[in-house]
Amino acid sequence: MTKSLKKYFLVFTGPTLIAFLIAFIVPFFMGLYLSLTKFTTLTNAKWVGFDNYQTALTGNTGFVKALGFTAVVSAISILTVNLGAFALAYLLTRKLRGTNLFRSVFFMPNLIGGIVLGYTWQVMLNAILRHWGQTIVNDWRLGMAGLILLINWQLMGYMMIIYIAGLQNVPPELIEAAQIDGAGKWETLRNVTIPMVMPSITICLFLTLANTFKMYDQNLALTNGAPLKQTQMAALNIVDLMYKQVGKQGIAQAQAVIFFIIVSVIAVLQLRATRAKEVDA
Amino acid sequence: MRSSKPARRKQTVGQNLLTAFLAVLTLIWIVPLLFILINSFKGKFFISDSPFSLPTGETFAGLTNYITGLQLSGFARALGWSLFITVGSVAVIVLLTAMTAYYITRVKTWWTSLIYYLFAFSMIAPFQLVMFPTVKIADMLGLATPWGMIILYLGFGGGLSVFLFAGFIKSVPLEIEEAAYMDGCSPLQSYFRVVMPLLKPTAVTVAVLNAMWVWNDFLLPNLVIGQDERYKTIPIVIQMLVGSNGNRDMGAQMAMLVLAIIPIVVFYAFGQKYIVEGVAAGAVKG
Repeated sequence: MTKSLKKYFLVFTGPTLIAFLIAFIVPFFMGLYLSLTKFTTLTNAKWVGFDNYQTALTGNTGFVKALGFTAVVSAISILTVNLGAFALAYLLTRKLRGTNLFRSVFFMPNLIGGIVLGYTWQVMLNAILRHWGQTIVNDWRLGMAGLILLINWQLMGYMMIIYIAGLQNVPPELIEAAQIDGAGKWETLRNVTIPMVMPSITICLFLTLANTFKMYDQNLALTNGAPLKQTQMAALNIVDLMYKQVGKQGIAQAQAVIFFIIVSVIAVLQLRATRAKEVDA
Repeated sequence: MRSSKPARRKQTVGQNLLTAFLAVLTLIWIVPLLFILINSFKGKFFISDSPFSLPTGETFAGLTNYITGLQLSGFARALGWSLFITVGSVAVIVLLTAMTAYYITRVKTWWTSLIYYLFAFSMIAPFQLVMFPTVKIADMLGLATPWGMIILYLGFGGGLSVFLFAGFIKSVPLEIEEAAYMDGCSPLQSYFRVVMPLLKPTAVTVAVLNAMWVWNDFLLPNLVIGQDERYKTIPIVIQMLVGSNGNRDMGAQMAMLVLAIIPIVVFYAFGQKYIVEGVAAGAVKG
């Protein structure tokens, strides 16, 4: 069977592979090459070796600071989103009235895109902050708090859905057995439920990590980095440098490569760490 | 936690308190949406003065904001292009990545596994990494149109979809396809008649995840077709209208934010079951 299928390579994979080459593979290698050059278009690249990387890490493009800010916002959000999402999922898998309605409402923000979400929150937070004569872009701490609130509001429902799927896969016999053995609610949660939903925890941590680290739209809409780039996350920093400052495209490209390496390394480390804690029923 | 007893039995006091707590929480959850809805009906000068009150006689502006917003932004056309690009991309992605996943799962060679790993790899890469070259190449190939966007989405979003389909196809027993071969089906016939119908649950997941992504995507369409007055999508229109710091017509901005959210709420209302299941399934399989 495989033999007769083999001849159909182009029919089955051709269109997808051509699009994949155009949109990703060729741009990926070109991007690696361009990060080692000075360029303004694809055709006028001049080799400069690792100069761009040096400027990215030591120059005044604000990249290192943006990375730090991204890391802090992500770390806090990953913690709060997942604790909140797990708590919601835990409550909403109990026999309560209206759980379906509650789930729907918590999930809804995910369907609204980052740009629309960001401006919605910007207007609302500014209306609240007016009482103290402030706006969200007056102080970086306000901007950071706003970003974290927005991220929680957006992602908690998504992660909740995944945790609910995980919780529903925990065999009820295991819980009952633990309770017959005299385990209290907390003990059952800690020693039975959480180990059993470890796969969900793995995937939720991965998704929140990838989402918050690569966040662009929400950052652009809510603060656009103001004041003075203090609330600029890494993705926004790279796009701004690439398209708003002439002649720095090479540095921006080098920053994108560094950013990619950091995201990949953290994601792989996290997946390894949590996968190791997964157990079988 | 769960029991086999029917869910609708009398709630205890503790459960009633929890339900009440969750009800309050969901109310807080929809406050941002209510906020822009209420303010979209106020005159533009009243929004900043009394942002949290309901519109009354003096502050009520009727549909003025909506009319101004629609005139300013070209929202109607953007809605059309957003729909076109999203529906087109999702259709193409579902049809073609399923075929690709089928082939690379069934034909095992070093290069099909290489393709698989390249797709998986593309999922983790930040868009900024390929942003500049992708946009330039798209321009050179004449893909800077809504039709071209569909090809770009197939290429850039194909990774996740191939990954999800491949995960599912691995669990489909070969025997069914072999039986189709015995009956004289060609690979294409056996794929379309036998395999494709089996992929429906994953197809729903892939469609939902891609629809959410493509509909809301801002940066890729903005860089590729955003400069062209004709081809703006909804996120681009919102960014242009609300993100410009000059003359801010707050009323019109609120109205356009509301209009941007309405199609999503409608979509959610109709497809809720599939959307939520799709998201859960996507995470488990991924």
